Amino acid sequence: MNTVNLLILVCTVYVALLFLVAFVAERSAMRGRGRWLRSPMVYTLSLSIYCTAWTFYGAVGYAARSGLEYITIYLGPTIVMIGWWWVLRKLVRVGRAQRVTSIADLISARFGKSNLLAVGVTILAVVGTTPYIALQLQSVTLSFASFADAVGQPGPGDGARASTALWVAMGLALFTVLFGTRNLDANERHHGVVMAIAVEAVVKLVALLAVGVFVVWGLSGGVNETLARIDASKIGNWQMDGGRWAALTFLSAAACLCLPRMFQVMVVENADEAHLRTASWAFPGYLLLMSLFVVPIAVMGLERLPEGANPDLFVLTLPLAEGQTALAIFSFLGGFSSATSMVIVAALALATMVSNHMVMPLWLRWTGGRASVSGDVRHVVLLSRRISIAGVVALGYVYYRTTGGGAALASIGLVSFAGVAQVLPVMIGGLYWRGATRLGALAGLSVGFGLWGYALFLPSLGGGIMPQDILANGPLGIAWLRPQALFGIEGLDPLVHAVLWSLLLNALTFFTVSLATFPTPLERLQGAQFVNVLNQAGSARSWSAGAAQAEDLMVMAQRILGAPEAQAFFEQEAERQSGRAVRPGALPEPNPDFLQRLERELSGSVGAATAHAMVAQIVGGASVSVRELLAVADETAQMIEYSDRLEAQSKELAATAAKLREANDKLTRLSVQKDAFLSQISHELRTPMTSIRAFSEILRDTADVSPEEQRKYSSIIHDESVRLTRLLDDLLDLSVLENGQVNLNIRQGDLREALDKAVSAAAAEGDAGLRVLREDAAAPIRLETDFDRLGQVFINLIANARKYCDAAAPELRITTRPLSDGQVQVDFVDNGSGIPLEARDLIFEKFARASPQRAGGAGLGLSICRQIMERLGGAVDYLPSERNAHFRVTLPATAAAARPARGKPKLTN
Amino acid sequence: MGKRVLVIEDEPNIIEAIKFFLSRDGWEVFTHSNGHDALEAVDRRAPDLLILDVMLPGRSGYEILRELRAQERWAKLPVLILTARGQTKDREMAAAAGASRFMTKPFSNTDILEAVRELAEA
Repeated sequence: MNTVNLLILVCTVYVALLFLVAFVAERSAMRGRGRWLRSPMVYTLSLSIYCTAWTFYGAVGYAARSGLEYITIYLGPTIVMIGWWWVLRKLVRVGRAQRVTSIADLISARFGKSNLLAVGVTILAVVGTTPYIALQLQSVTLSFASFADAVGQPGPGDGARASTALWVAMGLALFTVLFGTRNLDANERHHGVVMAIAVEAVVKLVALLAVGVFVVWGLSGGVNETLARIDASKIGNWQMDGGRWAALTFLSAAACLCLPRMFQVMVVENADEAHLRTASWAFPGYLLLMSLFVVPIAVMGLERLPEGANPDLFVLTLPLAEGQTALAIFSFLGGFSSATSMVIVAALALATMVSNHMVMPLWLRWTGGRASVSGDVRHVVLLSRRISIAGVVALGYVYYRTTGGGAALASIGLVSFAGVAQVLPVMIGGLYWRGATRLGALAGLSVGFGLWGYALFLPSLGGGIMPQDILANGPLGIAWLRPQALFGIEGLDPLVHAVLWSLLLNALTFFTVSLATFPTPLERLQGAQFVNVLNQAGSARSWSAGAAQAEDLMVMAQRILGAPEAQAFFEQEAERQSGRAVRPGALPEPNPDFLQRLERELSGSVGAATAHAMVAQIVGGASVSVRELLAVADETAQMIEYSDRLEAQSKELAATAAKLREANDKLTRLSVQKDAFLSQISHELRTPMTSIRAFSEILRDTADVSPEEQRKYSSIIHDESVRLTRLLDDLLDLSVLENGQVNLNIRQGDLREALDKAVSAAAAEGDAGLRVLREDAAAPIRLETDFDRLGQVFINLIANARKYCDAAAPELRITTRPLSDGQVQVDFVDNGSGIPLEARDLIFEKFARASPQRAGGAGLGLSICRQIMERLGGAVDYLPSERNAHFRVTLPATAAAARPARGKPKLTN
Repeated sequence: MGKRVLVIEDEPNIIEAIKFFLSRDGWEVFTHSNGHDALEAVDRRAPDLLILDVMLPGRSGYEILRELRAQERWAKLPVLILTARGQTKDREMAAAAGASRFMTKPFSNTDILEAVRELAEA
């Protein structure tokens, strides 16, 4: 078997192996046993599609031509992975939260789901990637041809070369269609593809390392010799161009974020945000290994291979020239892997964009939305995806055929990088600036893309596309519009120049137009979700393993259901899953069945929408849709309303309680007053009874009581009995008056006559020591009132004067006076010393006695007077004169003139 | 000459009754009818026994009793509290103030007499 055939066989076997790997991975994922597929290492290896055939072969060529500048291509992603880790994390979080399927989808979603923007980014991506795909096809063809040449076998002619490229393109398209569109996963994850790429990543790394080791130790004779050779070569004298270096580093960094294929593996295929943490050190490590032997291979290639040999193929031709066929085959496989993995992922990513943003909208418009059955749409989506893949690969092939693959690998790569980098301002702005608008994004992208095309892409295609005249003198002879010296800035490297202007104006336009325009409501909403995605999602913890997820669910459930209930529920579920008794604290596998049950359990406490959102947050790390948020808000509103009602009720209860307390206090006070009153009555009753009992016992038990004593004691008993009776009468009277049950006997009469009657009645009750002086009004005063009650008041006042007036010759002056307002005034003024100041407020209270003298009264008289006067619509007051006791009775002359009854005694002067 | 008893009471009829049966039992009875200068009356009369009303004009009987007990001279004087208020609370207050005996109105003359005799012998 000749070597070329062996190579073809090895390649075929290798491709078959890749198919197998992809198939097995896909099957495992289908059966839900794909945890090993989602390991951080696989994720990191899948990122290595950054290293295409360009890096595999081209880096050596780059180093041979431009010295260490090739390092920038590795430096950019390294900086991104290590330094811009926070951008990546946000990107990944947003991508997962929004279920983003591509970078075009991301930009579109951010700016209000604008399809125009998605189409723009898609075109940009297709234009930027197609040369790159062509480049991969070219590298495979070229390396195959070189291999055949070097082993002295009949090299394929131009036709054969083209057919090699065609076969490769068709094979890749087939692979991508098979494993890229097996099913329509909602989150666009392709386990088979990713796994195959990971395998290829290992192959290309090991192949390059093998060649490197061979070169350093096999050819050069060790590390020191190699270093010496490097110093001796022109690479050792390489001068760094700072501007170009910075621009290239920046470009490759931007490309790492914006390349559709990188976005595909980094964001879309990301199974777990935590994988980023591993990748942030492992991927730079991978790149370091990839770049380790580039310079030695370049130096040895320049030294050993004949002048004019293509440095882009040193990796392959060096082992071949040294007769290391096996190593060469391995190296070819490495390059093959680099090329194929890039094409597969790029085709997948581009096809997703083309299909989702161009084919599907067109199809939907064409059918007029007739296809409402999901199965129908599904079928169409798959078909359009497949056609798109074939289309993208075909485009690359056509490009390769058209350009003939003349340009150096590295330069195509850089042009491509600069193209996709135009997405960077919009992407970063969309992630961190809520003010970014759709129009701003559109304008920025258009400006950037246009400038890139004008200043870099078109010139790079050579004179055929852009006339030399324009390059030299500018369009229409306008010098400052010369593509490679815009605005009169000359002397810059064309690449730096183009990158500078395109990105600068791109960002500037994006910024100013965004400021000048207003976002739509949907843009605002999406903007907020993008910018705040890290805050919304809460902790950035990972839920890599199922156990961790179950634990988080448990923690959440405990908060909502209570610890024992949650634990019991989880144990019961674990038992259900395993079908046997479990140890306490066992956690169930968070499978859909369990999650559904958990949601139902939780919804009993927090409402269905909230429960769903919470579970989804933990399990999927996925975002909560606006509708779900609204549902949550509704539930919250209901709960707030409920608690408001509760609060109102508890306020009402508190008010009622306060009223009850008040009433209770009042009752307590009344009860105390009642006790005091009863105690007073008891005392007032006991005192006369004591005398009565004592003297009746004396009369009964004593034999020798003199007749005089007998008479005296009998009259004491009599008087005390009368006092007792009067007290009881007063009490009853007061009770009747206070309860308002009194019946007034209203009739016409004369005031003077009423007073005459009272004076004589009072005189009849006791000794006539008191002189009563009368000063009656000139005209007789006619009254309409209850004369019995009024007389009771007069008698009481006169009796009080007699009892308490302390003058040597007590006098009482009674004056009557009609008032203008229909009232009548009767004053009772004695010539005594009056009532002491401190007692004046008390005299109308029950049982109050102003005088220390025992006067026979129970202290109820004035209370009764006040009650009577109130019933009669008048009043009795004590007027504090300088000396003398002065009582004043005021009453209406007629019932009609009656004042409303007063509740409290009021002192008037 | 019999023993001296002082009756502090504001109700003249009650004073008269007590005076009647105590003097017949051989007591020399002094009376006083208000709270203001009751302590002076005690000092002046220097009784062997005191009958004290509670509701007096000026000062309450308990107050007077507390001040008497504070004086060494009257710390052991037998004092019979006589009141129209017979609740447990009043009985306790009387005891706290240092009463030797507590009796309520209306009373039986023989009860007073026996109580006075007992207090005098003790």
